Amino acid sequence: MIYLQLFWCFFQIGLFSIGGGYASMPLIQNQVVDTYHWLSLSEFSDVITISQMTPGPIAINSASFVGIQVGGIGGALVATLGCILPSCAIVLCFAFLYYKYQNLSVLQGVLKGLRPSVVAMITGAGLSLLVLAVWNGATPTFDYNQIDFIAVAIFAIALFVLRKWKVNPTFIMAGAGVIGVCVYPFLP
Amino acid sequence: MEKKKGWKIYRKLFASTFYISAFTFGGGYVIVPLLKKKFVDDLKWIEEEEMLDLTAISQSSPGAMAVNASMLIGYRIAGITGALITILGTILPPLIILSVISLFYQAFQSSVIVNAVLRGMRGGVAAVIADVSIGMIGGVLKERKVSSTLIMIGAFIASYVLNINVIYIVLASALFGALGVVYQKKFRKEKPQE
Repeated sequence: MIYLQLFWCFFQIGLFSIGGGYASMPLIQNQVVDTYHWLSLSEFSDVITISQMTPGPIAINSASFVGIQVGGIGGALVATLGCILPSCAIVLCFAFLYYKYQNLSVLQGVLKGLRPSVVAMITGAGLSLLVLAVWNGATPTFDYNQIDFIAVAIFAIALFVLRKWKVNPTFIMAGAGVIGVCVYPFLP
Repeated sequence: MEKKKGWKIYRKLFASTFYISAFTFGGGYVIVPLLKKKFVDDLKWIEEEEMLDLTAISQSSPGAMAVNASMLIGYRIAGITGALITILGTILPPLIILSVISLFYQAFQSSVIVNAVLRGMRGGVAAVIADVSIGMIGGVLKERKVSSTLIMIGAFIASYVLNINVIYIVLASALFGALGVVYQKKFRKEKPQE
């Protein structure tokens, strides 16, 4: 039963995440955190963090991680399989059509409509990770005691460095981790 | 298109995709130049232009781009068997690495040091995604198309404010895009008669 749920959950993630890169993130959050409650938002944030530090696409990484947590090695295999199955079928179909007709204007139109909404959804998922970092999981308020100013500083510095010098995200994550381990253990 | 066969080809396909996948950090588009370098420049199994076409197909399909692109290359070179081999080569490294991390995650979580590292990284991850978002929002606004901007704002409100299921948002915006093309075609056809 749990295998079936894992398969179905990641099948939907694989089927509806279009646009590559971070596009699967809002879907994974939606399914794994909101619908099935397999991870808390902070655990989900850790998975994204780990994904940034390790090779492989976010969707496959999450499938392996959640699969193990929920159903052991078998769970990881089932979740990963569910995740890649829809794209396998669709990619091969597209490849066939592409070689046959070369030009698919409706498909291009679909992509044009999808691109801005994918951008919006990634922004939304990013925003919920920022809120998590700044308020440390609590409901956002403007109470100074609730706000984690170190996280705000890390966010601001990291964003500045990324925008200005376009460094590899892996280095940003490593730097943020070093600041975290130097500061947080010494706070009350 | 001619297909290659035999264990030597299969082994080469598996080893190449496994190696590339194991060293592609962050996922996404990073894998495309690496695949191109291996299969177009080094092995000369695929033409450069065809590689661009394959990239476009893998971008337009759902799912992880790394998996899609390697699958297409495997399919192009050695048919369905080739596709299966490159899929396996691409998903094994993240599957193994994340499974190991997941198994030790509970132990990790209770460590003060690891917790502090992860807590610091949260701000960093938010910044990485903010950076990606800013770049992409800029790209959409640069198109100077009202429809794209409206879809972007509408999708943001629907997903972040109203908490509507992401799947419905994907389906709705795909439908808008398709209708846009149909409308444009009709408009272009009718225009000369006016």
